[in-house]
Amino acid sequence: MKLECKHVWEHISEYLDRQLDPQLLQDIENHLENCEVCSAILDSTRNILVLTADDRTYELPVGYSERLHKRLAKALRE
Amino acid sequence: MSTTVEQEKDLIARVLAGEVDLFHQLVRPYEKLVFVTIFAMLRNESEAEDAAQEVMINAFRHLRNFRGDAKFSTWLVTIAMNEARQRLRKAKQAIHESLDEDKHDKEGDFTPAVLTDWREIPSEALEKKEMREKLREAVAQLPPIYREVLVLRDLEELNQEETANALGISVTLVKVRLHRARMMLQKRLVPYLKTAAPARKGFFGRLFQ
Repeated sequence: MKLECKHVWEHISEYLDRQLDPQLLQDIENHLENCEVCSAILDSTRNILVLTADDRTYELPVGYSERLHKRLAKALRE
Repeated sequence: MSTTVEQEKDLIARVLAGEVDLFHQLVRPYEKLVFVTIFAMLRNESEAEDAAQEVMINAFRHLRNFRGDAKFSTWLVTIAMNEARQRLRKAKQAIHESLDEDKHDKEGDFTPAVLTDWREIPSEALEKKEMREKLREAVAQLPPIYREVLVLRDLEELNQEETANALGISVTLVKVRLHRARMMLQKRLVPYLKTAAPARKGFFGRLFQ
């Protein structure tokens, strides 16, 4: 089936999460091969997700762990 | 040092049986997870730290409620999310804003921004600190109902079911909100992504020559 761009956009998230059923996946991949606009949207969204996941490496405030366990120690005694 | 599920179960049982000091050991592998989750929601380091401490204390006080059917980490994230939600709500009330968040589920434009003058974002540009900062700002600006789903799915990489459980919403709603959150981010970040791509001589290029 030939898809319109708008229809592809609705499924970008599921596409990235690999949740599409095989037929729709095939239709979308066919569309992406010929559509620079949708490919660009997909790439930018994917890159944003990579960056988001990278934020897990966020550096903790200095002394966070010590302060946490100090306060916990107090709470454990209550 | 990582703790196996079995060791974790054993630790929990012993804490509940009175060896409370073992609680430190139990939560140590997750103290970063809890902080990062809350910080992504609140974007304020000192508040996130205080909230993370509260979360761990609450987890200790309610440890008896933990059921082994979910992962201990997911349970902690659930408590962390509740703490973040409460604090966001308080902050919101403080500035007299509308609490009517659910309306976001029914209205709004969640289509992506169309890009015509670039193909790929150069990865070196994406690695820039600046881009990361822009992303954090954009995440912080998402309405909380979208932000929380994005944080759990795309930052913490919880699966759909875990996310739904942690937030007390359905899997369908997780999917809908996640899609919208991602599209909103894409839209907001496009201007910065564009500058990272080589300029193309288009209409404006000709206009200002």
